[in-house]
Amino acid sequence: MLGLLVLVIRRDLVLAMRRRADVLTTLIFFVMVVSLFPLGVGPEMDMLRKMAAGVLWVAALLSSMLSLGRLFSADYLDGTLEQMMLAPQSLSMLVLGKMVAHWMVSGLPLVLMAPVLGLQFDMPVQALGVLIIGLLLGTPVLSMIGAIGAALTLGLRGGGVLLSLLVLPLCIPVLIFGTGAVEAVSTGLSAASHLSLLGALLVLALVSTPWVTAQALRISME
Amino acid sequence: MAINWFKYSAPTTFYGLAGKLIPWFALSAAILFVIGLYIGFAVAPVDAQQGEFYRIIFIHVPTSILSMFLYLVMAGYAALGLVFNTRLSAMMATAIAPTGALFAFISLWTGALWGKPMWGAWWVWDARLTSELILLFLYLGFIALHASIDDPRRADRASALLAIVGSVNVPIIYFSVKWWNTLHQGSTIKFSGTSMHVAMQQAMFTVLLACWLYAIAVVLARVRSIILERERDTVWISELPEVRS
Repeated sequence: MLGLLVLVIRRDLVLAMRRRADVLTTLIFFVMVVSLFPLGVGPEMDMLRKMAAGVLWVAALLSSMLSLGRLFSADYLDGTLEQMMLAPQSLSMLVLGKMVAHWMVSGLPLVLMAPVLGLQFDMPVQALGVLIIGLLLGTPVLSMIGAIGAALTLGLRGGGVLLSLLVLPLCIPVLIFGTGAVEAVSTGLSAASHLSLLGALLVLALVSTPWVTAQALRISME
Repeated sequence: MAINWFKYSAPTTFYGLAGKLIPWFALSAAILFVIGLYIGFAVAPVDAQQGEFYRIIFIHVPTSILSMFLYLVMAGYAALGLVFNTRLSAMMATAIAPTGALFAFISLWTGALWGKPMWGAWWVWDARLTSELILLFLYLGFIALHASIDDPRRADRASALLAIVGSVNVPIIYFSVKWWNTLHQGSTIKFSGTSMHVAMQQAMFTVLLACWLYAIAVVLARVRSIILERERDTVWISELPEVRS
């Protein structure tokens, strides 16, 4: 079971490394969206400091939508996905492996990039730490909820926009708790409750979304 | 005598039944609308705090209740369709979605109209308003997904799965929005704790019932159209008197 998981993750990572441009575009998009906000709302540091967590989270949400379309589409087009579904191994496990690989390629770079961008917004170090922990807990959930949408819209025309339409409303709790944690710290409260809720969402997503996504893939492929 | 529970789960038999039921639901909805709105606008007394403005409640509250209730009904039919593989359940779910979205929209619209004189703003980021807005997004996502898949069978099953995932998410979204709101500013808007006047209650429940009957009538009419569209190549459709003429 675990061997299968590692195998799928390694395969997807190798594929991603062969097409490094895709990974970089997501990251550049993230940096660009975040940098646009000060240009849009003005350079006052007080306001930017207050907005920072929200801006970074919304940008992370949007850039993870951007890369979701690729989660299954390449495998779908060259027939690999069909073979995966015929395989005797559990499809949920395969899907979980793909989700993890997707997060490592599109979510993890954003988390690593976030501190630098947070400094641009003059975030205090403590708030920055909570933001990173929140992103670490929250971005996998985005990948996992997004995978359901990616599986449902597999091979549809205009799939990308539709995917965002389906997935964004479902991601709202992650956004709320992620930004709420930073807000709590900057007003002197403990961020523990928000981070615990994010952790709970992560666990809930971890046990339910691979199975739902597998069902969605079966519906889309039949 | 064994009852055949699945008799009306076949589009063939349901089509006729729905056709017979629609006039009754539509007629009683119209009568109750007139009665409810008459009580609401003419009989119910003026509110001590809100003046005449509060009367929009007789539209606002029934539509919001139904917009939420219809989402659950839709998800229920979607689940039935996935489990029992009945075509009609998926058709019902598809038919409910536009009505639910319409109610959600009316509820937001009347809420804005009510908010302007009461709170001095068209829109407040209150937990209730925000979650109603998200509910509208969920309806639109369902409709958009169903519309963009050409194969009706895949469209039914994919959107059914989305509706179920959405209904699991609705409580999470509602509570997260509620906590978000209280953390930011504290709940500023509260309905007055005093019990409602009897005439107000009567008006509200009558309109609620009217909206409910209206929703049933419209959904049945829409489901009949969907049946006609999906089954247009079958013999029984071509033998219907309304199709033949």
